[in-house]
Amino acid sequence: MDKIINPSRRAFLKTGTTLGVGLTLAFYLPVGGAARMKAGQGTDKPFAPNAFIRIAPDDTVTVIVKHLEMGQGVNTGLPTLVAEELDVPWEKIRVETAPADAKLYNNLLWGPMQGTGGSTAMANSFEQLRRAGATARAMLIAAAADNWKVDANTLVTLDGMVLHRPSGRKASYGQLAEKAATMPQPAEVALKSPQDFKYIGKQFKRTDSKAKSNGSAQFASDVRLPGQLTALLARPSVFGARLRRVQTERAKAVPGVRAVVEVPQGVAVIATDFWSAKKGRDALQIEWDESGGARVSTTEQRDQYLALLNQPGKVARSEGDAAQALAQAAKKLEATFEFPYLAHAPMEPLSCVVQLKDSGCEIWAGSQSQTSDQATAAQILGIKPEQVKIHTLLAGGSFGRRANPASDYIAEAVSVAKATRDLSAPIHLMWTREDDIRGGYYRPMFVHAISAGLDAQGNPVAWNQRLVGQSIAAGTAFEGGLVKDGIDMTSVEGASNLAYAIPNLHVELHSPKLGVPVLWWRSVGHTHTAFSTEIFIDELAAAAGKDPYAFRRTLIQHPRLNGVLELAATKAGWGTPLAPKSGVRRGRGIAVHESFNSFVAEVAEVSVKPDGSFSVDRVICAVDCGIAVNPDQVRAQMEGGIGFGLSAALHSAITLKAGRVEQSNFHDYPLLRISEMPRVEVHIVPSQAAPTGVGEPGVPPLAPAVANALFAATGKRLRKLPFETSELRSA
Amino acid sequence: MIPIIVNGTPRSVDATPDTPLLWVLRDNLGLTGTKFGCGMAQCGACTVHLNGAPVRACMTPVSAAAGQKITTIEGAQGKAVKALQDAWVKLDVPQCGYCQSGQIMSAAALLAGNPQPTDADIDTALDGNLCRCATYQRIRAAVHQAARTMRG
Ligand code: FES
Ligand code: FES
Repeated sequence: MDKIINPSRRAFLKTGTTLGVGLTLAFYLPVGGAARMKAGQGTDKPFAPNAFIRIAPDDTVTVIVKHLEMGQGVNTGLPTLVAEELDVPWEKIRVETAPADAKLYNNLLWGPMQGTGGSTAMANSFEQLRRAGATARAMLIAAAADNWKVDANTLVTLDGMVLHRPSGRKASYGQLAEKAATMPQPAEVALKSPQDFKYIGKQFKRTDSKAKSNGSAQFASDVRLPGQLTALLARPSVFGARLRRVQTERAKAVPGVRAVVEVPQGVAVIATDFWSAKKGRDALQIEWDESGGARVSTTEQRDQYLALLNQPGKVARSEGDAAQALAQAAKKLEATFEFPYLAHAPMEPLSCVVQLKDSGCEIWAGSQSQTSDQATAAQILGIKPEQVKIHTLLAGGSFGRRANPASDYIAEAVSVAKATRDLSAPIHLMWTREDDIRGGYYRPMFVHAISAGLDAQGNPVAWNQRLVGQSIAAGTAFEGGLVKDGIDMTSVEGASNLAYAIPNLHVELHSPKLGVPVLWWRSVGHTHTAFSTEIFIDELAAAAGKDPYAFRRTLIQHPRLNGVLELAATKAGWGTPLAPKSGVRRGRGIAVHESFNSFVAEVAEVSVKPDGSFSVDRVICAVDCGIAVNPDQVRAQMEGGIGFGLSAALHSAITLKAGRVEQSNFHDYPLLRISEMPRVEVHIVPSQAAPTGVGEPGVPPLAPAVANALFAATGKRLRKLPFETSELRSA
Repeated sequence: MIPIIVNGTPRSVDATPDTPLLWVLRDNLGLTGTKFGCGMAQCGACTVHLNGAPVRACMTPVSAAAGQKITTIEGAQGKAVKALQDAWVKLDVPQCGYCQSGQIMSAAALLAGNPQPTDADIDTALDGNLCRCATYQRIRAAVHQAARTMRG
């Protein structure tokens, strides 16, 4: 199966118009008479029992996926759930991306909002899509029972057929589809229990591998509508600066340039093609008024953050009396950790096509948050959200970047389309890599300080952590849900819920406000909290003279966290010596972390050269994500998360000077290359628990596992990201 | 008008001579399988073959390709490409997929000159192709698999 049906307006409208809107109601809503199709309406009518499934007379089953496919495999994992309960062979499954709809296609864990993020796609769909499949199956059985005048209880299904074994009668789902649409929707359906799963837990192939291997997969960058023009936007020199004046004559003189317009976000050059738009933009002469802008310099910002570490912040968690316990501890340790701003740098730069119509507007994008994008577009255009139709295409990576509550790139594209309405052309707003690296919405810069105390037996008795970094949720639609008493949960997640049993625990947060826009970046707060806590626990183990694995094991109380820790340690041969290699110092390090309700432990093995440069040779990963719906894709996400984490550990940092971002492209914002990719082994803990996320949880343990391995190899603690290898030079 | 031969077909494109081949392919000819990732020969997403050799189309002015043979992912054929694409699907290499056209074009060039590459050979040949999803481990495995298929 390799056919991905891209979000086709035609397909959806066809369903909507031929079957009546009622049929697109979600399964859990009562289906009224309007939803029932009259028998004998013709034979080409699909059966759409709910908002997620359409069964056609040719036996194909189209699964409507409400989440964005950005690499994490939702176009494979989510249809698997339907196939399981509907009992339909994988070859018959087709995939279609849902239109934006906050009622039908909301993320059940987020409320009335459609969106993909927080590693929730599988967790919030697991029951919903299985129920959708089971409901459709029950209606197909009811249709056959009615046709054959037999009791529905005497019927079974097998691979897309309904069978009546006593009489040998059978009918395919396609043959029954039209009739099934007339059957009442059952109020209750039974779902399979995990031991009966036929498909869940098997290794279905991805539905999109072929299209992604022959160049035919369609991303937003690839949309080509008749008459479409390409727009590039010149954005302010520093965040928050305003346009003072612009001279456009030279830009307008570039062949191919059709228009230059001012929009609230900057100055847009619209041309027949990318290269003309780029040359036009380069030819603009702009003066920005930087007086209200964020003239931030990272070095000063760092000093301010470090100073804040010495001042009390807002209390995120307090158990016992950490200050007193620390004062009385037999041994005290403290350390500071530093994290830079990070750009997501998805391989596909941001891109969005907007076409204005009399009826409203259509948008083509690979967005993680369709319904907030829809609202943003509607607001700019002064129309209703329902008048904004969003076509969700594949995203060439995202990692949180396309889940911007401000819908920045969508808003830009809509603003440009609005300003160029007289051109009557679809507008394709493209970002260059420079736009992407300099465009803000970074993982916030953070510093942490931790101090802790051990008693005479080497048991930790106090843990004091203070964090400084901008809030992501503040000022967004997520503030109400994520910020409590001034504490942004996403700033402290992984620290305020420290996994180790330490009787006196105190965590404080400073959330300075700066004009540099920040955003969730694959695994969000865990990107920094796992690093500081998992290194510091290693430091405590060393100070206590204990093995870092055994030390963790006795302090962790959660059985699933200990489960992955043990599994990773066992598979890595923890405690056995690493094979020596000539000319390098070798070491092994471990880290374990819970994020997005999944548990991951990683053991890293490193080789350090005399000049301090090093390679990560192997990473052994153990993951407990509940039921692994597709074990091979769980492995893929762990492999990818490890590579993503290693990229940040080795290379990545965004810095600013007088408000200007100092990096611009992959030469100064390098990403992991194939020669740096370790051998990764992934082990999955067998589980019958409901599935949890895998897109993000592979990332957090990687950097601390590597840092701990570097300590094992060299005796040096690296507490700053990205790593400065000069510190690892042998004396 | 600049003449080029794309996937075996002579084409004549209306573009200024400095236009990178990438944009001629994507915007003039609608061949969107070749991707834009950086525009400065840093990522390999735009890799195509020029007279059989891999080049970064984002830094190749169309004038430099005038009259020459260009192969894109859409027109890539032959045993190596087929073996690579089959291996890519078999091992489910792609995640987001955006980099994979470039990866396959670079890998095809590697296999053309080296039927039995080592891990180190693969790393060298593909080090210019970034994959933000870090599918590197599967890329290595799939290149080995394709090489085995070709050797029969
Ligand atoms: S787009 Fe050509 S190398 Fe990146
Ligand atoms: S598969 Fe996403 S960049 Fe390579």
